[in-house]
Amino acid sequence: MDAASIIRKTVTALRVTPNMADYVVERARFSWDAVSRELGCCSAERVNIAGVAVDRHADGPLRDKVALRFLVRGEPTRDISFHALSAHVSRFANVLKGLGVGKGERVFVLAGRIPELYIAVLGSLKNGTVVTPLFSAFGPEPIATRINLGGGRVLVTTDALYERKIAKWRDKMPTLEHVLLVAEDGGRTSLPGTHNLATLMDAASAACDLTPTGAEDPALLHFTSGTTGTPKGAVHVHGAVTTHYATGRYALDLHADDIYWCTADPGWVTGTSYGIIAPLLHGVTSVIDHEEFDAERWYGILQDEAVTVWYTAPTAIRMLMKAGAEIPKKYKFPQLRFIASVGEPLNPEAVRWGSQVLGLPIHDNWWQTETGGIMIANTPAFDIKPGSMGRPLPGIDAAIVKHNEDGSVTVLDQPDVEGELALKTGWPSMFRGYLNNEERYRKCFSGEWYLSGDLAKRDADGYFWFVGRADDVIKSAGHLIGPFEVESALMEHPAVAEAGVIGKPDPVVGEMVKAFVSLKQGYTDSEELRRELLGHARKKLGAAVAPKEIAVLPTLPRTRSGKIMRRLLKARELGLPEGDTSTLEGGG
Amino acid sequence: MNESEIRTVVLATLLSIAPEAETDELRSERPLRNQVDLDSMDWLNFLLGLHERLKVDIPEADYRKLVTLDDVVAYLKTKL
Repeated sequence: MDAASIIRKTVTALRVTPNMADYVVERARFSWDAVSRELGCCSAERVNIAGVAVDRHADGPLRDKVALRFLVRGEPTRDISFHALSAHVSRFANVLKGLGVGKGERVFVLAGRIPELYIAVLGSLKNGTVVTPLFSAFGPEPIATRINLGGGRVLVTTDALYERKIAKWRDKMPTLEHVLLVAEDGGRTSLPGTHNLATLMDAASAACDLTPTGAEDPALLHFTSGTTGTPKGAVHVHGAVTTHYATGRYALDLHADDIYWCTADPGWVTGTSYGIIAPLLHGVTSVIDHEEFDAERWYGILQDEAVTVWYTAPTAIRMLMKAGAEIPKKYKFPQLRFIASVGEPLNPEAVRWGSQVLGLPIHDNWWQTETGGIMIANTPAFDIKPGSMGRPLPGIDAAIVKHNEDGSVTVLDQPDVEGELALKTGWPSMFRGYLNNEERYRKCFSGEWYLSGDLAKRDADGYFWFVGRADDVIKSAGHLIGPFEVESALMEHPAVAEAGVIGKPDPVVGEMVKAFVSLKQGYTDSEELRRELLGHARKKLGAAVAPKEIAVLPTLPRTRSGKIMRRLLKARELGLPEGDTSTLEGGG
Repeated sequence: MNESEIRTVVLATLLSIAPEAETDELRSERPLRNQVDLDSMDWLNFLLGLHERLKVDIPEADYRKLVTLDDVVAYLKTKL
């Protein structure tokens, strides 16, 4: 890379001494055991995420400090202290106990960013119950698929979401016994077949013993998408908390007096690991905005809440860039000292836009649902090479590997060679399985390496550069969308004979979901039909997963073995050479 | 263009992006995005659609004023 484009850093120029000032020294002296001890987790037999994140602070020096600050448009700010949070969390754990829900069973939470979501997640963890926050923009089908895969016994949601997305489909979720509702207008709910959560919370005791959990006990279930088949439920354990803490220290540079804002929704892994757990572990005040993206509102929050550390996503940054340079001129961000981004590679223009508009460059980092925490990052003290994801954090060994025919992999030591990004197994937040799918789990590993499915390069300075996905998974607004899930929903429409779904490059969201369908006999293409298909897909999948564009083709290209060639659809969409079509139906 | 005509165009634009929306059931004084699943991209496309259909400029700084259906109609009325 051109040396002139590197953003140089010196430790003395930083406002706060960074937690990692010397990369080599810190990596050499780092040990996961030492971090666990720091958290008071002296034995792998006794670790609980809620215990360390919440209870540890509840009666200590941080007792009255604001842990979570909720912002809602048109309503007063709601602050919850560490002590109050601990009481809410205990009440929720007692609510679960009262329903007979215990260790290892599964709770799902489907809600916008409301306090009850955070309380339910942490209360479930305290109770040893495995918890899954689901993105509230999912439609009924992705919700039911995930609850069924996870065997969810309890669902915490709001009355409005329940009526729109659950009630009519409830008989398709046989494991779901208890639905706990939050009234969106603040009142009480009385929908048939549900409980009013506030009533149960009021009746529950604020004292609750931590359910004993060990480092290897399941804690969180996060769903992610693959190219084929149903979504995968990645199982994370209580011991992951060590990674959440260490990465909060190095990659987000959290210090005790920070005001921290993670813009991710807990329905995605970032919003849980870094929107709930990591800031609590570090005892910082965490700002949570209930509203959707709004450029002016966001600049206002950065200014008015005096945010010091901000963790956001490339799509949001590009939307801020799109909103123009005039709006930010009305605001000032003197407290802001560190900005990080995750979700997809951050383009160099966006890194530099941060310097120009916010006064700070943006630090990209890389990780996945499966890794549970940040693995590779640009950290405050080090030069940024715009466009690079940075270097592996202490405790993380990353490499570029190539696959051999016998299933083994070889590490490619030469710099600037493209291959699959792999991580040496053994970090605490590594997923411990895909629920009910041991085979798919095993395929993610070769020897001591976890294979990420991302193609990347490493340069001579040890910085990693994202190249692309090794599969057809679509990355839209930082979230993985499995084409199969979208295709399946389209196929359920009576007019659709076949469906192929691709990620179409988009300047703001990275890739947007585009579907190609062919029609059954008796149906003809029309704008009305395409609109009907769009509505059908959105109703089933929700706005976050459904296609934004649908095109009708006479027939879709298939391989001789009958698989729809998504890559060819994509090449045609982009006007690229179609590559090797020798396996295409009817010859190349 | 009167208010009712504007409302018709707004709903048609909404339906072009979210055909599943049940426009008869929308409560026009409540936040639109609480009633119809619209992600950020849908919302931008909705505003872009209004711009194209009505030839009205909607500067980004005004987006925050547009929360409910009533807000959108009233805003457009001042611009037409």
